[in-house]
Amino acid sequence: MTTTTAASASLAKAKETPVFYVADEHDHPEGASTLLGFWLYLMSDCLVFAVLFATYGVLSSSYAAGPSPKELFDLPLVAVNTSMLLLSSITYGFAVLEMQKKNVNAMLFWLVVTGLFGAAFLGIELYEFAHMIHEGATPQRSAFLSSFFTLVGTHGLHVTFGIIWMITLITQVWRFGLIEANKRRLLCLSMFWHFLDVVWIGVFTFVYLMGVLR
Amino acid sequence: MSTGTHGAHGQGAHGHGSHDAHGHESGHPESTLGGYLIGFGLSVVLTAIPFWLVMTGKLGNNELTTVAILALAAVQIVVHMVYFLHMSPSSEGGWTMLALIFTVVMVVITLAGSLWVMYHMNTNMMPGMDPSQLP
Repeated sequence: MTTTTAASASLAKAKETPVFYVADEHDHPEGASTLLGFWLYLMSDCLVFAVLFATYGVLSSSYAAGPSPKELFDLPLVAVNTSMLLLSSITYGFAVLEMQKKNVNAMLFWLVVTGLFGAAFLGIELYEFAHMIHEGATPQRSAFLSSFFTLVGTHGLHVTFGIIWMITLITQVWRFGLIEANKRRLLCLSMFWHFLDVVWIGVFTFVYLMGVLR
Repeated sequence: MSTGTHGAHGQGAHGHGSHDAHGHESGHPESTLGGYLIGFGLSVVLTAIPFWLVMTGKLGNNELTTVAILALAAVQIVVHMVYFLHMSPSSEGGWTMLALIFTVVMVVITLAGSLWVMYHMNTNMMPGMDPSQLP
């Protein structure tokens, strides 16, 4: 008797006190918000690149009597580099398709191919940098070159970490198979990798092609 | 088109996403081979054209070529967003799109603002151009 009155009293009290939080939160499966969270990270990374692009845009004609983009950039080499990154994007797509079909070995194969294309991209970029520095076009030479190496170097650094992540995931899938956590990580890396390709569109258009046109 | 089915599929997955929590992430449409191949084909064309334009100088006019390659880059970015990153207004209940729109606004303000302000600083504050000497 007393318990029911107490219960109804507390119920009445609960009715009049406003609730400032979700009382009965529906359950969130583990990792359900990871992809959205990773997307938000990519958007913040996008802002990092926006700042670097703006810096390059402002400083891109400050040669300090040094070499200009026209003398430095080798467009056929950049075209090869671009195709490497584009091919790595489609091969990662194939890896995701195999992941959906639960073909572990085929997925690992495409992941390795993607990593190799990524490594080829990095190799060509490092060759280009080495060639430029050998010619005296070092980051210290002019504001144009400082901002160029910062922008393109930051993109290259992202690709490097993408490849390290890819090697880690290949090991993970090799040992533990296509468990839910690994699938989620593969989808995150997929977004990261395609996002780097999107940034590269900006780089080859804004830096290389427009640099040669100037 | 495959994008239409993508969107419909994504919404369908969202509807029963809470039941099979260990299935595909709710609101993330499944990737298809056709989608990737269309995206790849389009991006190859959209990469080849600007390189060809600049390397051959077909348009004969630097300003016109610049506008053309910037427009092609914008189209290619949209292609990558749709076919490779699977952006659609329905994914994650619209939150990815909202974050993207916010980021695009920030990027445009950063880029346009920096270039505009610094260009004027450069042209108006060149050494030798004393403001008191201006008419």
